[in-house]
Amino acid sequence: MEHKNYEKIAAKIRVDIINEVHSAGSGHPGGSLSAADIVTALYFREMNIDPKNPHMKGRDKFVLSKGHAAPVQYAALAERGFFPVDELLTLRKLGSRLQGHPNRDKVPGVEMSTGSLGQGFAVCVGMALANKMDNDPGRIYTLLGDGELQEGLIWEAAMASAHYKLDNLCVIVDWNGLQIDGRNDDVMTVRPIDDKFRAFGFNVINIDGHDFDQIFDAFDKARECKGRPTAIIAKTHKGHGVSFMEDQAGWHGKAPNDEQAEKAVEELGGIL
Amino acid sequence: MADKQATRQAYGKTLVEIGRENPDLVVMDADLSKSTMTAGFAEEFPDRFFNMGIAEQDLYAAACGLALSGKVVCASTFAMFAAGRAFEIIRNSIGYTHANVKICATHAGITVGEDGASHQTFEDIALMRTIPAMTVINPCDGVSAENLIRQAINYEGPCYIRLGRAAVPMFYHPGDYIKLGKGNWLRRGKNATIVATGIMVSEAVKAAEMLAEESIDAGVIDIHTIKPIDEDILVEAASTGPVVTAEEHSVIGGLGSAVAEVLSRRYPARMEMVGQLDTFGESGKPEELKEKYKMTAADIVKAVRKVL
Repeated sequence: MEHKNYEKIAAKIRVDIINEVHSAGSGHPGGSLSAADIVTALYFREMNIDPKNPHMKGRDKFVLSKGHAAPVQYAALAERGFFPVDELLTLRKLGSRLQGHPNRDKVPGVEMSTGSLGQGFAVCVGMALANKMDNDPGRIYTLLGDGELQEGLIWEAAMASAHYKLDNLCVIVDWNGLQIDGRNDDVMTVRPIDDKFRAFGFNVINIDGHDFDQIFDAFDKARECKGRPTAIIAKTHKGHGVSFMEDQAGWHGKAPNDEQAEKAVEELGGIL
Repeated sequence: MADKQATRQAYGKTLVEIGRENPDLVVMDADLSKSTMTAGFAEEFPDRFFNMGIAEQDLYAAACGLALSGKVVCASTFAMFAAGRAFEIIRNSIGYTHANVKICATHAGITVGEDGASHQTFEDIALMRTIPAMTVINPCDGVSAENLIRQAINYEGPCYIRLGRAAVPMFYHPGDYIKLGKGNWLRRGKNATIVATGIMVSEAVKAAEMLAEESIDAGVIDIHTIKPIDEDILVEAASTGPVVTAEEHSVIGGLGSAVAEVLSRRYPARMEMVGQLDTFGESGKPEELKEKYKMTAADIVKAVRKVL
């Protein structure tokens, strides 16, 4: 598939995100939009998965450690055929499978229930250990927020990943620089992210998280790296693709109103 | 009851035995394998043992990942750091996903002794039993520990198993009826019933013998499964008279509370609770501490006299 096509899928996923959050009246658009290209690359190219057989043996697994970005994972799963796209509009509503944060028992394709930061990555350590024990070829991917790196558990999990030489584990940091209370640099500095992971024993790759060439290349390199886990540090923009949401901390956890949603979708070239 | 054994000893021995039978059993620890007794398993099955270092949060999150990948996982550390430090990981990762993790927590309660208040947890049962679908087990001796650990491993779902540091008298014999979720009458009584759990079961039996000398006929029930609790045996006890609970845990939120929750609905009875009284512990010998913090047979006797 040409890169233009991945860009189209990512644009569709961004429209879905706006529609989901607008319909729910709450949710997290900013960090969902920033991760849309990475998540598109994972679900539409990188991962060995089967929407018709979500529990396929030997499959790759993705855990959304930054669980508040649920709208992007739901959109990718729906567009990939795990469940009907129409269902996206039930996000956060009573009785819906699409909980505010992902639930593995409800949604086909969701490998881990997340939402409490730091835990998704640490659960992946166990999944990667299990695959090593079983000689299971499946790789484990997890997407972390940059603010999430402030959780102590992240570094416990990082230490264990390198200690157990989990080269079947690939961590991606969605480095959009913003969290609820403002810039990481103002709230609690997380820089230098790459040097931290390098010091913990990771193979570290810095990329532009909105450039498909760089994203695909990083996943290729991660797969080739043996004896240690990989951390892809993806520089992104919060709210990417929607001009008035871009790089605004205020759009971390706020739904657009009718007018804003319409404008956002129009910018993304989709339909509301 | 001549022999004594710590429940953690029984745990270590049982793990090795089950390890030989069940290739899916994985054991994890957080740098305490010689104390929690997982070291024996680690030696025999190095490929199925993971030491996560002094990182209890990661211990339980990684245990969850292994369990969701088809393993049955026994993950051990001291009760304080399992139920306390890792509470929210256990709640959100293990509890919410019903992961097949057995949280085998040792060194619970006052009998930790010399290490003092920082290591003596009286809150763990209260914390664990509030997590939906969590089974909470507190064996009173080596035989019941082995038996209940086997049942817990055969049961699909999260369990918290509370184990002690100190050697305790053996009550049960191999082959005795011990069933997850069912209380056991150790002695029937006409005047009152002592409902005990963990190491307080031996104190309860002693108390019943002391009361018999005063012509008070007190029954004793071993509640090894605090959740789900055996409601019917409690109602049966309350129908004969007042109930005294005995536990090496805070009187807030533990066995006493669990029994009161049942009886207040189904058979209101006069109750007293023997346990740690809303205070921290301190360093000392286990027996000295049990006496100072009022968790002995004599304290149970006093409580029974009070309710009669």
